[in-house]
Parts: sequence; structure tokens; C-alpha cells
Amino acid sequence: MNLKRFNWEPYLLLLPSALYLVFFLAWPMFQAFGLAFQADDGHLTLDYMQRMFSDVMFSAALINTVKLIIAIVPLQFILALVMALLMMERLRGSDILVYIYSIPLAISDLAAGIIWFSIFTQRGYLNSLLYGLGVLDKPFLFLNYQSNWPFAAIVLAEVWRATSIVFVILVAGLQSIPRDYAEAAEVFGANWFTRVWRVTLPLLRPSIQTALILRTILAVQMFAVVVAIAGRGMTVLANEAYRWYSEYRSPHLAATYAMFILVISLGTAFIYLRALRVKEEMVL
Amino acid sequence: MAEIHVESVRKTFGKVKAVWDVDLTVHDREFVVLLGPSGCGKTTLLRCIAGLEQVDQGRVFIGQRDVTDLPPRRRQIAMVFQNYAVFPHLTVFENVAFGLRMQHRPKDEIKKRVQSAAELLHIENLLDRYPSQLSGGQRQRVAVARAIAVDSLVLLMDEPLSNLDALLRLEMRAELKRLLREIEATTLYVTHDQVEALSLGDRIAVMRDGQILQYDTPLNVYDKPADLFIGGFIGNPPMNFLDGEVRTEDGRLIVRTGGGEIYPPPEASAVLSRLKEPSVLVGIRAENIETLSAPAEDALQATVLVVEPLGSHNLITMQLGPEQIKVNTDADFQAQPGQTIWLRLNTDKIRWIDKASGRALDYDVSPQS
Ligand SMILES: Nc1ncnc2c1ncn2[C@@H]1O[C@H](COP(=O)(O)OP(=O)(O)OP(=O)(O)O)[C@@H](O)[C@H]1O
Ligand SMILES: [Mg+2]
Repeated sequence: MNLKRFNWEPYLLLLPSALYLVFFLAWPMFQAFGLAFQADDGHLTLDYMQRMFSDVMFSAALINTVKLIIAIVPLQFILALVMALLMMERLRGSDILVYIYSIPLAISDLAAGIIWFSIFTQRGYLNSLLYGLGVLDKPFLFLNYQSNWPFAAIVLAEVWRATSIVFVILVAGLQSIPRDYAEAAEVFGANWFTRVWRVTLPLLRPSIQTALILRTILAVQMFAVVVAIAGRGMTVLANEAYRWYSEYRSPHLAATYAMFILVISLGTAFIYLRALRVKEEMVL
Repeated sequence: MAEIHVESVRKTFGKVKAVWDVDLTVHDREFVVLLGPSGCGKTTLLRCIAGLEQVDQGRVFIGQRDVTDLPPRRRQIAMVFQNYAVFPHLTVFENVAFGLRMQHRPKDEIKKRVQSAAELLHIENLLDRYPSQLSGGQRQRVAVARAIAVDSLVLLMDEPLSNLDALLRLEMRAELKRLLREIEATTLYVTHDQVEALSLGDRIAVMRDGQILQYDTPLNVYDKPADLFIGGFIGNPPMNFLDGEVRTEDGRLIVRTGGGEIYPPPEASAVLSRLKEPSVLVGIRAENIETLSAPAEDALQATVLVVEPLGSHNLITMQLGPEQIKVNTDADFQAQPGQTIWLRLNTDKIRWIDKASGRALDYDVSPQS
């Protein structure tokens, strides 16, 4: 009677998503790996990698990507955190905030890029507004590739578009923390700031981790918004992968860029996991 | 330490009157228990005092100071929460030190105070652990240690023992009693467990539907419940209530019940004779009924229904006329279901209750302070 029958049920239920992951993620990844390290005649090579690193656009793409991540992720995180904490204070009408904050979630990144392009372009909304108000006497060329404006516009567009995903993750995390902790902190003398700093944020760590990993990885892959706003004026890693594939017809180099992006993504995830590690004993 | 004084406090949630016109005074160093069934507003009243809920109306004073409009952190209170709320990301030491750190006490003072609070609760060897590495009872001790480590004016506890298993609860109950006598804290303690209330409180405030029905010593609440509800809520088994009708026969006042006639003592007769309606409830506790194996002049005839041996005594359910009545007897009392027994009620211990209002006849407004 003690014989345990092997229970297939959980594996059966996992099967569809496992198949999906294998065919649409693992397999293409494996293929990309092959493209990046295998010449057309089949022998292994580091040629493509060398060509990527020595390409004139590579360092610009890498630097721009890193600069954008450094500008966007902290800004988004702080904004989302402030919004989420405000939301949790249950001030009157704060429920509506969720909906307002979540609207950009429904918009694709290309569309978001185009919206912000139409704001900043020479005959765009911003120029019309400033002209109409008499601030400018002729349209200002915001998206001039020599200036920092395209960069700023991309940061703005990304913050507008993707802060809400961080916000949603943080709100979910905050809602899962029992109110008791905040109340205990209050009773024992903590003001709002100390309470957030000493109690809420430490308990929110798992959600912060998730949000940061997700956001940074998506930022490493940033593409459509950059293309829409800066066109050819500015390049990022994903942009190079696309260019090598569609313009220079070199799937090998495109795949090498993709591998490089993958490595950076894995690296960031790993760093966050280590830096924000939640010790097992700190979880009730 | 200081006294707590609550004046006609009201708190509603939508249409629910969670606390309705409550007056309550807890004297300096007194241990008062708020007792009542689930949902009667105990937690809400405690949270109003703590400042975790805003009152709709009324004032709250702690140590003569009107704190009604102050946030919790300005009220100089300490609290033990029902599910402890010890911070999982802090060690036991840091948990106990939390309030002191908020007051920016010097390091060595914090260390000393944490140490002494930990010793009082026997957790001094757990100080480096995290709450997840503790048992429920140990977490509970940490929560209490955190509360007594700070210089608070009053100590508020919301069902601190309810999450412990029965044995541990018994042990912690006695320990809490010792501890609180030692530190002489003004304490307001919430529970829905009447045994806990009787064993711990200097006084008990019995609540129902957002109101305090009786505020008295445990002995008085037990022996002289203010009304039908309290008699039925407190005590195990609850008080017996027999339907009775007041009559005068041969110039003497008697109360006729379905099981026979009861002769009230003179003081009770005086009160009963002033009743407008002759209907009363005769409230009598199981231990105030004597069992006789032979008829006697003032004994009522009853039939044994169920005998429950409980070790220290037997609990016997009997049929008395149309009603059932529970009686405590010695453990060696022998009886068979169906057997006829005679019951003598200790009439001095009877609570006479007005059937219309449910209030005890001799019970005037309970002393609130
Ligand atoms: N935040 C709230 N929102 C709405 N109703 C509430 C809220 N808190 C309490 N109530 C209601 O107020 C009444 C009193 O609740 P309270 O928690 O004070 O009861 P209690 O005596 O502590 O009960 P228990 O013994 O179950 O803890 C209940 O009817 C409850 O449903
Ligand atoms: Mg409660």
C-alpha cells in the first residue's frame, strides 16, 4: 500500500508551456548560437565576433545602450516607487491612478516612439505649442543629431511608456505585504519616511528585484523607440543586430549581436539577483 | 505609566457601528481585559486608542493628554499585534530594539534595554536569529519584548495568545500575568476567550455590538452578570436560564418555573415584587445547584439526560420540567440517564433577569471607572 505511484499530472500540465519554450525560445536561441559561431561551411569560428567588436558602430551602440539604461532605469524605478507608495496611502481617488498609470502599457513601443517623435519633430506639437505661446519665433530643431535632445526624447518616451510596468509590479508587491508591519512601525514611533525606508522597502525586495531585472533587460533590447525618434542619428545594440540582418544581409553578425545582448541581459539579471538577494531566513 | 480614558467614542465603517458611544477608563497600572464575541468591536476600540483608526466622534486621553488627533507614533503607546507583526527582515535583537532606535537612544542604552526585556521573556539566547527561525510561541515573546522595551505610557494587546496552541497558551497566560505584574504596565488586553479574561484581568469590560455592557471585576462579571447575554457568554458551561413567573401565594412571593417553585430570598423578593410584568428568567450557574438523591421540601425533581465526566468534576445535563439544565457534581457522583434526581438551587446565587429587557433586576448602570 505504501508504493507511491509516479504522479504524471503536474508534468502533463507543464508540457504545453515547456513545448512553447523549447520551440520558440530554446531552439531559436540555439540556432542563433550556431549562426554566431559557425561559418557557412560548418566549422567553428570566432570571426563574426571579431568583426562585431571591431565594427565602427559597435562601441557607439554599446555606449548608447548603457547610457540609456543608466538614464532610464533609475528614473523609472524612483518614479514608479513614488507612485506606488502614494497609491498605497489610499488617499481619496488614488484608485484611479492605477488606470491612468497603466494606459501606456497598452501601447506598443513603436507607437510610443512615433507619438514622441510627433511631439518633438520640427513641425511637432511641442514646437507648435512653444511657437503659439510666443516662446519661440521659429521652430526649434529638437531632434538634431548633434544635440542631446534625441537622447532626452528617447528617455522621456521610455519613461512614459514603461514606468507603469515597474509600477504594477511594485504595487502588487506592496499589496502582498501585510499592513501589520507598517502599523507596528507606526506605533513604535516611525514617521512615514523611516517606515518606508526601514520596513516597507526591505520587505519589498523581491518585487524590486523582479522589476529591475525585467526593466533592465527590456532596456538592453531597446529598439523601436530609438529608431522612431532618432532614426539613423543614434544607434543601440538591437539596432545594429537589425541593420546587419536587413541591410547587410549577414545573419551571422546579427546573431552575434543577439548573443551579445543575451550575455549582457544574463549578466544584469545575475548582478541584481546577487545584489538584492533576500536571505532565506529573512522571509517568514 | 498612565491611565487611559475614552469618552463617548464612536467608530463606524459604512453602516456598521463597530464602536458606539463607548466610555472606558483604565486606571494607572491596571490590567483591563476587553472581552466579547467575534465582531463586537474590540479590535476597533483598541485601534482607536492606538490611533490606527480615526474616531468619528468622542475623545481619547492617555495620561491626561488628549491624543485624539495625534498619530500613533506621538501617543507613547506600545502594542502587541494579533499575528505578532515582528519584522521578518530584522533579527530578534533589532526587532526588540526597533522602538528604541526610533527614539534615537544611545547605543549602550539600547543594548541594555533589549537585554533586560529579552531576559524577562526568556529569549536572550535567540537575539541573533530571524523570526522565521523561531516557533510561534517564541515570536510571540519577541512581540511582547518589543512592546515592553520602550518607555510607553500604556500597553495595548490584541489577542496576543490566540495563535498559539492550547498548551502553549496556558503557559504563556501565566507568564504574561507574572510579567505584567512585574512591570506594572497599564494594560488594555483584547480577547474573545472568557477564561483568559477571567484569569488575567483586574477588571473586564464585556462588549457586544460595539458597546460595553458590563465593566467589573472578573468575579462580579462571573457571579453577577449584568444581563442574559453576559451570563450566557461567560462561564463554561454558560449560566442556566429558567423561565419563571412571579406570583404571590399565601402572602409569600414565589417564582413558578416549569420544573417547580422557587422561593427567592428576602432582598430578591423585594425587587421582584416591584416588577411590572411577572415574567422573569432565573439565572443559575451549574456549580450553584446541589444534587440530592431523595426528595426534599425545597428541591426540584429532574431527570438525568447526559453524564459527562470531566475529570475534576462531572457535568450533568438534566431535564427539569420543560427545560434542560446543566449541573456540576463531584467527580464520584454516580448517575444513570433516566434516573430521577432532586435539585436544590442556591437561591442566594440566583440572577433574576427581567425577561422583557434581558437585564438583571438589581443591576443598575455599571460603574465605568
Ligand atoms: N476596516 C474595516 N472595514 C469595514 N468594516 C470593518 C473594518 N474593521 C472592522 N469592521 C467591522 O467592524 C465590526 C467590529 O470589528 P472588530 O474587528 O473590531 O471586531 P472584534 O471584536 O475585534 O472581533 P474578533 O474577535 O473577530 O477579532 C465588525 O462588524 C467588522 O466587520
Ligand atoms: Mg479583533
